[in-house]
Amino acid sequence: MNAAKSFSSRLAGWLPRIVVAPSLLIVIVTVYLFILWTGVISFTSSKFVPVYDFAGLEQFIRLWATPRWHTAVANLFIFSALFLMLSTGIGLLMAILLDQNIRAEGFLRAVYLYPMALSFIVTGTAWKWIMNPGLGIQKVVNELGWTSFTFDWITDPKMAIYTVVIAGVWQSSGFAMAIFLAGLRGIDNSVIKAAQIEGASLPLIYRQIIIPMLRPAMLSVIVLLSYIAIKSFDLVLALTNGGPGSATELPSTFMFSATFRRNQMGVGAASAIMMLMTVAAIIIPYLYSELRERNNG
Amino acid sequence: MANALSQQKPTVESISRQNRIRIGRLFIYGPLAVMAVLYLMPLWVMVVTSLKPLDEIYGGSFIGLPQTVTLDAWRSAWSQACIGTECTGLRPYFVNSLLMVIPAVVLSTGIGAINGYILTKWRFPGANFVFGLLLFGCFLPYQAILIPMARTLGLLGLAGSIPGLVFVHVAYGICFTTLFFRNYFVSLPDELTKAAMVDGAGFFRIFWSVILPTSIPIIVVSCIWQFTQIWNDFLFGVSFTSGGNSPITVALNNIVNVTTGRKQYNVDMAAAMIAAIPTLLVYIVAGRYFVRGLTAGAVKG
Repeated sequence: MNAAKSFSSRLAGWLPRIVVAPSLLIVIVTVYLFILWTGVISFTSSKFVPVYDFAGLEQFIRLWATPRWHTAVANLFIFSALFLMLSTGIGLLMAILLDQNIRAEGFLRAVYLYPMALSFIVTGTAWKWIMNPGLGIQKVVNELGWTSFTFDWITDPKMAIYTVVIAGVWQSSGFAMAIFLAGLRGIDNSVIKAAQIEGASLPLIYRQIIIPMLRPAMLSVIVLLSYIAIKSFDLVLALTNGGPGSATELPSTFMFSATFRRNQMGVGAASAIMMLMTVAAIIIPYLYSELRERNNG
Repeated sequence: MANALSQQKPTVESISRQNRIRIGRLFIYGPLAVMAVLYLMPLWVMVVTSLKPLDEIYGGSFIGLPQTVTLDAWRSAWSQACIGTECTGLRPYFVNSLLMVIPAVVLSTGIGAINGYILTKWRFPGANFVFGLLLFGCFLPYQAILIPMARTLGLLGLAGSIPGLVFVHVAYGICFTTLFFRNYFVSLPDELTKAAMVDGAGFFRIFWSVILPTSIPIIVVSCIWQFTQIWNDFLFGVSFTSGGNSPITVALNNIVNVTTGRKQYNVDMAAAMIAAIPTLLVYIVAGRYFVRGLTAGAVKG
């Protein structure tokens, strides 16, 4: 009787761990083991199917000797920098304006945020049509009388990456706005009141007091937008399909086409590992600080 | 004090101040309105283009209202447009996406709920480490697992199938749903479960009759987030399926990238709208919960 009871109570003690175990197992396998697997493939000479020989750093050397990869990395820097600056700037501006006790706030917020509900494929399809030089914006402006106006970035290899920035900012700046607005709503109004009584002007209050107080929100926005930028794949595919030529190639599209289209699985795996290391360098310190603060607070 | 000031009788000075405030309001509403127009423009262009006959599109008007409204493009996108060599329209792919999204949302939300419950109310040594392991999965660049997942789906006999996609979405969705539920349950008082335990309720009983009834809002948040993510996914769809088993995003991309013949922009836009409508509807009906899901990963619990 006693033994049976202790068995059942011991079972009850283990039950939570038993129930959480399958999820943990799935995540350990599909996240961590798969990362390791990709890492292993990046050190082999795999082409069409994985082969498990040891080729040392051959694939990484080949990757960094590929001009297409250099284009992809350069594009990632251009795209991420502009995408981050514009989305953060526009998002912050909209959040501050929305926070001024305005009418129709709910409606405006909904309008700024609806692109986030769309698939990047839908966004890419729509903007591809809007920026179509023959029939899109260019033609509208021309017909309004400004006949010399040209907007053919999407077919211009030098400018095409900026069309990806435009569509990306349209899709994601509302997201930055939402996080900043949540941050603004968390700021104690009495701080602002006190500064106003002291005679500080509103722009000064924002520059000196409120925006510095938004630092945690700013950090979240920057980290999450960087993550969106690095994994951007569908947007490029739908908008420009990596072209013209390879002008809008990003690491994500490079990895996909190397692996599934050009039978260079080893190079694809090597590029995936480069992407993973970039994301990890940004995300792990962020998660670490978030979790630590949460435990302390 | 501030209130007392603003309730003074209008003087010349306070009237000119009111004018200043009114001009100030203009600087607030002006940019907001311009932004709203810019944000709505692509949706407007998609809708009007999808309602125009092709000749009108090539004839010129891009942003204006259609002169003749026709649903032909929608009909074609839904049931006639060619995806690869199959001219079936988007309908079968819409069904594929539904068959994928419903089980994936239900499973990942259910598993996330019970994980969140365990990680907050039945904490065990190492629970925080387990949570950290799951959390990194939210930020995994999926390119890093594409090749092994493709191999594994092949070994499991799930390659190219909808159940295979469901498995993938559940596996990576657990990370997000666990995060949602854990952060929500952390704020539920422990007395709730303790009292139930004193009353003799066990692990599952407490989950069903104490925890779940309080968690409707977070269930909604989780379902909406997962629905949007999975419906909009393209990378997994294009990597792990082909032909008739593809989800709608892959089919849409195929329609749009057809290069033969006269480009049917109105069909492209109608197809994009068909792919967008389910998530847009969810957003319109339950936008509040959608925003909570978006900010859950950012704002501390």
